[in-house]
Amino acid sequence: MEVNQIKSLFLEETTLGYQMLGLGVLSVVLMFMDHATSWLDGSRSALTIALTPVVVTADLPNRSARGIQDIFSSREDLRGRINELESELIFLRVKTEKMAALTAENNRLRGLLGSAAKLQDNVLVAELIGVNPDPEEQEVVIDKGSEDSVFLGQPVLDSRGLVGQVVEVSAFNSRVLLISDERHSVPVQVLRSNLRLIARGTGIDQQLELLHVNSTADIKVGDQLLSSGLGNRFPVGYPVGVVAKVDYKPGKPFAEVLAKPNAQLDRSRHVLLVFTESRIAEEETNATSGKGDDRGG
Amino acid sequence: MIAVADNRTGGLVIIWITIVAGMVLAVVPMPQFVPLELGFLRPDWVAMVLVYWIIALPHRVGIPTAWLAGIAVDVLLGSLIGQHALAYVLIAYVVASLYQRLRMFSVWQQATVLFALLGLNQLVGFWIESIAGLTDWSLWYLLPALSGAFLWPWVFLMLRSIRRTVGVT
Repeated sequence: MEVNQIKSLFLEETTLGYQMLGLGVLSVVLMFMDHATSWLDGSRSALTIALTPVVVTADLPNRSARGIQDIFSSREDLRGRINELESELIFLRVKTEKMAALTAENNRLRGLLGSAAKLQDNVLVAELIGVNPDPEEQEVVIDKGSEDSVFLGQPVLDSRGLVGQVVEVSAFNSRVLLISDERHSVPVQVLRSNLRLIARGTGIDQQLELLHVNSTADIKVGDQLLSSGLGNRFPVGYPVGVVAKVDYKPGKPFAEVLAKPNAQLDRSRHVLLVFTESRIAEEETNATSGKGDDRGG
Repeated sequence: MIAVADNRTGGLVIIWITIVAGMVLAVVPMPQFVPLELGFLRPDWVAMVLVYWIIALPHRVGIPTAWLAGIAVDVLLGSLIGQHALAYVLIAYVVASLYQRLRMFSVWQQATVLFALLGLNQLVGFWIESIAGLTDWSLWYLLPALSGAFLWPWVFLMLRSIRRTVGVT
């Protein structure tokens, strides 16, 4: 046995102190760099790739539960489901055909008006592989990254409405901030009255808050909110939420208005990443209204 | 000598496997039927695993290991790089200074110390988030420390049986 293999009985207090001081200061410096600069983004995405197995393992129970469900569902059930899906497919196909005609017509009319907006978006389907465990932060991780040309700030939808936007991209996965997060706001428009507003997340699942609604504003429960496209972050015309509560408080300048997101933020397993062909630029609306900020924090 | 060397690298693998298992538990999604509020109860598994290994093998697992694990957790949770690392370094420093006393304690006495340590962990995290301008303080922040302290005896027994079966020294 060599000398250096014999353990000393006590740990060196001074070594511990130096280690703590050194690594502590290093951590603080790293935090500052991460907060104030983008120098660490490369290493963060590299480490994210290295840690992907952890995220995938954590998702295994969920995934295998669904696998077992599939094994034990009976032949009749599956047949029924196939029939159901087939009829739904036909229904949707008919709808899409109509949509195609309408889109063509709309684009033609917009062409006549000289507007740049085109109703043609490409989408990429992504699957959820992780959820931020902190209940205060509404974020999810999806299985598409810069390899699939996902970009920062990309809008994310599900089959019913707007889900959120990409806030962090690494090679094979990326992090999506949901519209219900407190740090997120999205510019919206009321479908019925064309009133422009800003919908901020509340940190509570399935709830949005509409900011600065005048007490005289034309808004009522059940109104559909669409993304207005202001701020050039989200494409125009996607459903965001439905007004759930309007409360005019006497003596307060603004009404308290809450909305429920259309998207199933806590339930959807598959989401769509949107690639807008031409970033919508409706100069007139942008110029007249000063509010173009679509992302807080 | 060769056997000793093998045992040492093997031991390191086991230690990191338990730390990574803690990371998996830290990000595993809650099933749909669990109410959202229960998310506040999720203890900091990685911190607990680190505390165990520092008490058991202070010459092998120390502040540098805690720092590395902290950086990995920061990347996993998408927090500021260095946030968990700093908290873990502080915890590791306290535990490494006190490990001989902590070994003498009964499991439940250790659990109370762990409550203080995990509380410190939460506080550091909260301070950093509030400096970066992210959240408001509420007592909810201490819940993970409480649940961690209650789970400590089981974590302790399980990790000790792992250490003894595999023979990590």
